[in-house]
Amino acid sequence: MLSRVKQDLTMAEAARTPGGSRVDLLLIADMVAPGAKVLDVGCGDGELLRLLGERRGVDGRGIELSREGVNEGVTKGLAVIQGDADTDLADYPNDAFDYVILSQTLQATRHPRAVLEHMLRIGRHAIVSFPNFGHWRIRLQVALGGHMPQTDNLPYAWWDSPNIHFCTIKDFRQLCFVSGAKMDKAVALNAWGSPLRLNAPWWFWNLFGEQAVFLLSRR
Amino acid sequence: MAEICIAPDASARSREADHPRDSLVVRFGAEKPLKLDAGVTLSPFQIAYKTYGTLNAQRNNAVLICHALTGDQHVASVNPVTKKPGWWETMVGPGKPIDTERFFVICANVMGGCLGSTGPASINPQTGKPWGLDFPVITIRDIVRAQAMLLDQLGIDTLFAVAGGSMGGMQVLQWAASYPRRVFAALPIACSTRHSAQNIAFHEVGRQAVMADPEWRQGRYLNDNANPRRGLAVARMGAHITYLSDAALHRKFGRKFQDRDNPTFSFDADFEVESYLRHQGSSFVERFDANSYLYLTRAMDYFDLADDYAGSVANAFKGSETRFCVVSFTSDWLFPTSDSRAIVHALNAGGARVSFAEIVTDKGHDAFLLEEPELFAIVRGFLDGAGRARGLAPAAAR
Repeated sequence: MLSRVKQDLTMAEAARTPGGSRVDLLLIADMVAPGAKVLDVGCGDGELLRLLGERRGVDGRGIELSREGVNEGVTKGLAVIQGDADTDLADYPNDAFDYVILSQTLQATRHPRAVLEHMLRIGRHAIVSFPNFGHWRIRLQVALGGHMPQTDNLPYAWWDSPNIHFCTIKDFRQLCFVSGAKMDKAVALNAWGSPLRLNAPWWFWNLFGEQAVFLLSRR
Repeated sequence: MAEICIAPDASARSREADHPRDSLVVRFGAEKPLKLDAGVTLSPFQIAYKTYGTLNAQRNNAVLICHALTGDQHVASVNPVTKKPGWWETMVGPGKPIDTERFFVICANVMGGCLGSTGPASINPQTGKPWGLDFPVITIRDIVRAQAMLLDQLGIDTLFAVAGGSMGGMQVLQWAASYPRRVFAALPIACSTRHSAQNIAFHEVGRQAVMADPEWRQGRYLNDNANPRRGLAVARMGAHITYLSDAALHRKFGRKFQDRDNPTFSFDADFEVESYLRHQGSSFVERFDANSYLYLTRAMDYFDLADDYAGSVANAFKGSETRFCVVSFTSDWLFPTSDSRAIVHALNAGGARVSFAEIVTDKGHDAFLLEEPELFAIVRGFLDGAGRARGLAPAAAR
């Protein structure tokens, strides 16, 4: 989360629509009902909040760890506060939001399960997007290359990576199960930012999805 | 000889308190008393204020600026007493973050002050003499209540924004709590929902310095054409240190000597920092009333927003539709970031819409008054966003 701003810039080159918006963010925006009250946890420089405001007319708030990200967001007129997903979600009352979003941040949290449970408590829905560590290229780098993977989406060397809790799509489904989350919708994107076939089996997503977006609610 | 020198000085101070130069004044007669938290009413009383820019036809572009402890209404124009530029000209003015070409800016001298709003240096109509310590103790809530009466008088129902730093920030928070529907956007900078024990302690040292000066004369110095200069100067010197930071003092002065190469082995102001502080103290007593200093430091000490809301600041902002932008500075140890974070937690718990930015600077608490481009960008961005939501015309391209 510390480096979401940096990471955003990298991802910007990975998958954007001709209009210039990131595919994964558009996908999230499509999951949010118009006019909803939304909290974006780890909102970076506020690109998703801006998109949600423009496209869905949401009442958006953001939390961001990096000071540059926060100040950039506030300068854009967004309601962003400096804070830490691991410690500050506890301060929010139950049912304060319609959606709580964790976009490309789960893997950088210290306690992913606690964060997800808080999200489901604070919001009626939770939306989580994350890089899939089960993607075949990553598996290949570990299995044959014998080193920690580095990709366009995950450009860091292992020693300076903010990402401390990687998971695969399969792993995330298990977290949903133990956290009492109901999966209302799930989409996996391939390396070019296109959604994979909807009727594909989970193992196929887990192998060919470079990132995944889940819409969750309380069970 | 000395008598002759001091006499015009004291009466000039008294005159400024009742007939301020370059200011607008609204007087509230017996029919509009100010109810004070101390349980008494103040009547008659007056408020001195300045305005900049033009109130639009919808009357929805008014921005109230709340000044800090020793500030005044001259926020963006030359101060008639000191002949110095307005205290927030970096922030307020044509094309500035608080743009007077877009907003109608109002800044009033606080109640208890000494630049035209009724305070201890004003003439008590019942005695014909300065109030002195007979002036009732006032609170931040009293100050805000008086400002609300001023806005009623000006025909302004809802403020587009209320902004201020330090004691000004306390007023901003009080405004949002007392009159949530009258405040569209709130900008509390470098402040807190309650004055800390450490800050009360610093204030008490300052007050004791004033009262220890024999020229204070139990608060009746104006009657005797006296002025507790030394006491007030020491109070200011002490307070001024709390507005800066170790790093800023070191950067500015280090251990440099003042106009000399070697120590004099005396208690002269050998060091630049000493000379600087002495100058701060002596120039302050020329423009500020000692009793006002006592009353306003007291008003800050009594400030504890949670007190009025069953011990919880979150209750003060419950269901508030005001947009907040809270700002703190890394090197501010008088109102540290943790204080601002507590405001943010309370606002979040109350479900309010809040932005919070901490700005990296070594300039300490006073950073809100200084050249801080990041602060300007944040204030501009926040007000632009709020302006769009309010349907105000955007700033003219410059």
